[in-house]
Amino acid sequence: MEATELQAQALPSRTRRIRAAFAQVPALGWLAGILCTVLIEHLWGDPLSYQLYLPKLPVLFGCLIMFKQPVLIPSVLAYVALIYAIPIAAVTLLTRRLANAVASQLSRLPLWLSGLIHLGLLYLALYYWADLSDYRELVLKLTMIAVILTLSINLINGYMGEFSCSHPGFMALGAYGASIVTLLLFTNDRMFGEALLPEALGPWCFPLALIIGGFVASAGALIVAIPSFRTRGDYLAIISLAFMFIVKSLIENVEWVGGPRGMSSQPNWSTLPVVFSWMVICIWVINNFVRSIYGKALNAVRDNEIAADAMTVDTRKTKMVAFLLGAFWAGVAGGLFAHVMRFVNPGTFGIQRLAEILAMVYFGGLNSVVGSIFGAVSINLISEMLRPLEIYKWIVIPLILILVMIYRPTGLISFREFDVRKILQPKQQKD
Amino acid sequence: MDYFLQNIINALQWGSFYALIALGYSMVYSIMMLFNFAHGDIFMTGSYIGFGIATLLLALAASLGMALPGWVLLALTIVISMVLTSFLGILVERIGYRPLRDAPRASAAITGLMIGIILETGNLAILGARRLSFPELIQSTTYHLGGVFVTNKKILIVAVSLSLMFALHQFIQKTRWGMAMRAMSFDFQVVPLMGVSLNMIAPLTFAIGSALAAAAGILYGLAYPVLDPYMGVLLGWKAFVAAILGGRGSILGAALAGFLLGFIEIFVPMIFPSTLRDLIAYSIILLILTFRPYGFFGTAHSTQLRL
Repeated sequence: MEATELQAQALPSRTRRIRAAFAQVPALGWLAGILCTVLIEHLWGDPLSYQLYLPKLPVLFGCLIMFKQPVLIPSVLAYVALIYAIPIAAVTLLTRRLANAVASQLSRLPLWLSGLIHLGLLYLALYYWADLSDYRELVLKLTMIAVILTLSINLINGYMGEFSCSHPGFMALGAYGASIVTLLLFTNDRMFGEALLPEALGPWCFPLALIIGGFVASAGALIVAIPSFRTRGDYLAIISLAFMFIVKSLIENVEWVGGPRGMSSQPNWSTLPVVFSWMVICIWVINNFVRSIYGKALNAVRDNEIAADAMTVDTRKTKMVAFLLGAFWAGVAGGLFAHVMRFVNPGTFGIQRLAEILAMVYFGGLNSVVGSIFGAVSINLISEMLRPLEIYKWIVIPLILILVMIYRPTGLISFREFDVRKILQPKQQKD
Repeated sequence: MDYFLQNIINALQWGSFYALIALGYSMVYSIMMLFNFAHGDIFMTGSYIGFGIATLLLALAASLGMALPGWVLLALTIVISMVLTSFLGILVERIGYRPLRDAPRASAAITGLMIGIILETGNLAILGARRLSFPELIQSTTYHLGGVFVTNKKILIVAVSLSLMFALHQFIQKTRWGMAMRAMSFDFQVVPLMGVSLNMIAPLTFAIGSALAAAAGILYGLAYPVLDPYMGVLLGWKAFVAAILGGRGSILGAALAGFLLGFIEIFVPMIFPSTLRDLIAYSIILLILTFRPYGFFGTAHSTQLRL
């Protein structure tokens, strides 16, 4: 009797103590822990999976194996515990003092420098994680592209509060714009013939191609942005939807970009570092944008346009800037996507893609950069992990989204500021 | 000239599908200021339900040894499927829209979209990817009227859809329920205080819209007897655009815009290559919305998102 009572009292306090210990781990500590586990997997992942009778190294935390062969669930759990959970917990807890000390040293440096150091650690961890299989690398790249897309649509749907359905169209414009530039200038292909410039120059000019793609998308966004001066809400939603269909239909009818057959054999220049750096730049730009006076103006336009106008907000300019910026980043994401898949056709950018993008932004949370990142990563990973369910995947994911919408109508992490300084600072020591 | 008249008849038939589907969008929108994005897939499900009922009735009639005339079977199929599909509409309202009545409108749009995906995938999972062909309920006969070929199916489709629209108009204008719906569309925040329950009117609206979609689905199955799970996506989104074009919650507008869309889609391939059909149709819609941002019969109304 007494023993159970003691246990009942001890349990919460112990969990509280563990939670408190984890609360003291700074971002640096988490990154170090993740890097350690990834290195451990790199070294011992293969032998361990052999010992645990797994057919091969579990690619996405063992989810695919669990669905295919339920017998192997214990070994998958053991693998996840041994490779991921226990090392992360051990490293973060053991090094938390050291990590805090280093983090407080880093916080004295300028923000960009300490930010770059953290990003470098994150990149190393992702690189070693993705190094083990091509599938991981592909999933990682597509997830990062999805982060860019979700951020760019959050600018319009979350911060400005419109319901824009035009993002697949922007993405298509960007994808085709960038592909045309790279195929025309740097590669010998069937569509445009000989390369006009030496191919060695290509990877260095690839950012330029992406930026051109982004500008093409921005130019297309004018079709949606200009009517947004006069109308909003549902009518703007229709205009953006019509825009999406028009872009798709237009590309299908232009023969020199391949028509409905699409464009293929783009050079493989969307490598992991390229996509990663574009994602970081996108997060940086959009986060600064929404925290600037423009972002506040966007929120003002969303909440009450007339009042915003009365408070000297130039509503037209604000809407225009938001649409162009959102479309630009969607275009960049499209360009990256085209060079990851190395094939695009108009069918890629249809209603299905729209549903996917909307799912990501509304799952993660409106009006928040963290929410966008979270939504893009989780929806992408969930949909990859549920791949063994085949068609039932598209029953499970919508059900999750319906539940999220019912209980958290603006998404899981909505209306939150993304403050890099706060994330990177050392955590206070209590004891 | 004959060619032109022939296409007018085709356009009337094609437009009546759009008009019937657009009515469902428009009614829900007028009551709740929300779009039922699952409506296209309700149309698809209605068509499949109609397929099931029709095959069931045919089998039943055959086993009982009765030779029922085709039009009786068709009428029974339409009525039973309309009733069944209206329950689906009520279910969609209950699951996807009632919990989100006070939420931002975009969230309800997402649940609608997701319910649509569930309906498509569920259909694909249950019935498989093979395409079903709608049973031939009535024999097709062709009349030759002054150089124009008219089949009895085309006449039937246009007549049934027009009479359904007329019945809906009468219901909205003449009955007490219709009056409640009109009042609700005028102001859905104040009218509940006058003793009209939104919890009654909203399911009723969804039910009527879904029943019309089911009728459209069966008529579509009569005209183009190949069913596939993604047909709702194709027609639904266009009908949605037609509903907007008609104006906020206007029955007449939605019907007219549906027929207009049908005419555009039939007449564009007469002049241009048929691959340009979507491009030209949407460009015309974009132009119309630029000059009449609230559609044909809509009035300027604050459609600010309730975020």
